[in-house]
Amino acid sequence: MVVETATRTMTYQQAITEALRIAMHEDPTVLLLGEDIAGGAMVDHLINDDAWGGPLGVTKGLVQEFGRNRILDTPITEAGFIGAAVGAATTGLRPVAELMFVDFFGCCMDQIHDQGAKFRYMFGGKAKCPVTIRTQIGAGMSAAGQHSGCHYSVFTHMPGIKCVIPSTPADAKGLLLSAIRDDDLVMFFENKVLYGTKGEVPEGNEGIPLGVADIKREGADVTVVAISRMVNQALAAAQTLADEGIDVEIVDPRTLSPLDDKTILTSVAKTHRLVIVDEDNPRCSMATDIAAMVADRGFDTLDAPI
Amino acid sequence: MSVVETSGAVAIDRAALLDMYERMTQIRVFEDLAGKNFAAGLVPGFVHLYAGEEAVAVGVCSQLTDNDFITSTHRGHGHCIAKGVDIAGMVAELMGKSTGICKGKGGSMHIADVEKGMLGANGIVGGGIPLACGAALTAKTLGTGGVAVCFFGDGAANQGTFHEGLNLAAIWNLPVVFVCENNGYAESTPVRYHCSASDIANRASAYEIPGVVVDGLDVFAVYEAASEAIARARRGDGPSLLEAKTYRFYGHFQGDQVTYRTSDELETFKKRDPIIALRAAIVARGLATDADFNAIDTRVHQLLDDAWIAAKAAAFPAPEEALTDVYVTY
Repeated sequence: MVVETATRTMTYQQAITEALRIAMHEDPTVLLLGEDIAGGAMVDHLINDDAWGGPLGVTKGLVQEFGRNRILDTPITEAGFIGAAVGAATTGLRPVAELMFVDFFGCCMDQIHDQGAKFRYMFGGKAKCPVTIRTQIGAGMSAAGQHSGCHYSVFTHMPGIKCVIPSTPADAKGLLLSAIRDDDLVMFFENKVLYGTKGEVPEGNEGIPLGVADIKREGADVTVVAISRMVNQALAAAQTLADEGIDVEIVDPRTLSPLDDKTILTSVAKTHRLVIVDEDNPRCSMATDIAAMVADRGFDTLDAPI
Repeated sequence: MSVVETSGAVAIDRAALLDMYERMTQIRVFEDLAGKNFAAGLVPGFVHLYAGEEAVAVGVCSQLTDNDFITSTHRGHGHCIAKGVDIAGMVAELMGKSTGICKGKGGSMHIADVEKGMLGANGIVGGGIPLACGAALTAKTLGTGGVAVCFFGDGAANQGTFHEGLNLAAIWNLPVVFVCENNGYAESTPVRYHCSASDIANRASAYEIPGVVVDGLDVFAVYEAASEAIARARRGDGPSLLEAKTYRFYGHFQGDQVTYRTSDELETFKKRDPIIALRAAIVARGLATDADFNAIDTRVHQLLDDAWIAAKAAAFPAPEEALTDVYVTY
């Protein structure tokens, strides 16, 4: 007998907040740090209240529940607090840091890729760095050149970093829980345009395993690998194409590192065609990476160029 | 109990003094042999030696336990030894052998032992400063009573991480002691050129934390200043910045021709060798004899000789090790 998990309709943003709340309840070493994640620090009437709860409200309400010792507002000091999160993770905490926009990675990349991501390797397997860095990606809010990037391919390129990129509220909750519980450094990419989108989200504290793609739509004619907000765009396109008699299968990798290449190859072996929809810059991207992977390992299954 | 008074605030007993002498000698012999074996082609990669600066690492770390954390620099061997990292494992690590403390994957520049609270030498100048803040955040959050000591050089004092780290530690009142080892040169560039401050400790005032300059060749001076800063951090009274004016007897890296320093300058500092000075101070106080020191020196040389023999005989990591330890799970 299959036991159905109860679900509720909630937004992507609410699902993320719920995952943070669950993780903080289940593990006292989980703490959040970032710029204005509560906001209004040291303001008398906000001692146990938040001003913002994050620039887009994702962490709103948590300071009332967990207090300012576990919801740490930071100065605007990305190298400082991302590095502190890495150092704290290496010494016994399980921090969740918020890098407000991924575009700011230039201010703190050393602490991510040269420090936290490499400790385990450089220290001969004797260290772990269980930090999760949540960050916003994507265009669509007319935020211009320095607040609209994706850049997840940059992090996927780097050994020691796991990259998680949910497209739905349910995935956001389950993947964030797994990311926080994971013992490696995880970059968690939240698409700012998806925050208001709604979906069914399971109750409970079940995580979704990292490295497992999700087939968002089954089809027979063409495989579309879509990432983050592009999943919704691809689903809409698939509906249009269905009216024209083209049956599209949509694969959402959900994590880029590790990448569930098996699900992608299996799908291409079934449909014999592959389209990759990626919002990131095209050169050296997830799109080119997945195309190369399929060309390398699934070339004989293709009936058309990728 | 035999004690040596420093300038007044702290007392160190005979056993502790001799232990400090032994640690400093271990560092010196370790570095001299590392240099020699690097020249012989036995040590791969880049090697930066700490000889001359021993009083800083030992003056500070002799007051720490495994419950305390340190972050280090590219010149990290001395910090490791002072923090109690296994010396045989360190020698093997320098050689890139599988018996190394990091299985040969860190080498000189990333040598670490998290269990000893040693969070790694660091190939990035200033890279350890935010990490020390994080380690201190752990100590504070978990209430362990531990502190984090952050070693960095004069060159790092111009990195953004220095300023970000001091500010963060100050506003969060973190139990950190920032220890600037000012050896006069950032690589080949003199501090008088690269730094706007005549004393880097002056920069503490910008963050409204204590800033103290000490003679980094005088282990007593370092000990005393560190004692106060560590106590302050343990009490929950927040971070401090110590600047130890010191000197490196070797170049920036092995192979450096050191054209930017005069031999007169080097000789002047060698006359103030911190190990010889400590030995003289102990003798002057009648706490040990030449025989005591000779026994220690012999023990240290034996330890290091044995370590090199064992490391030379050990195996390199298997090729497949190049792809392990990247993730905990994947």
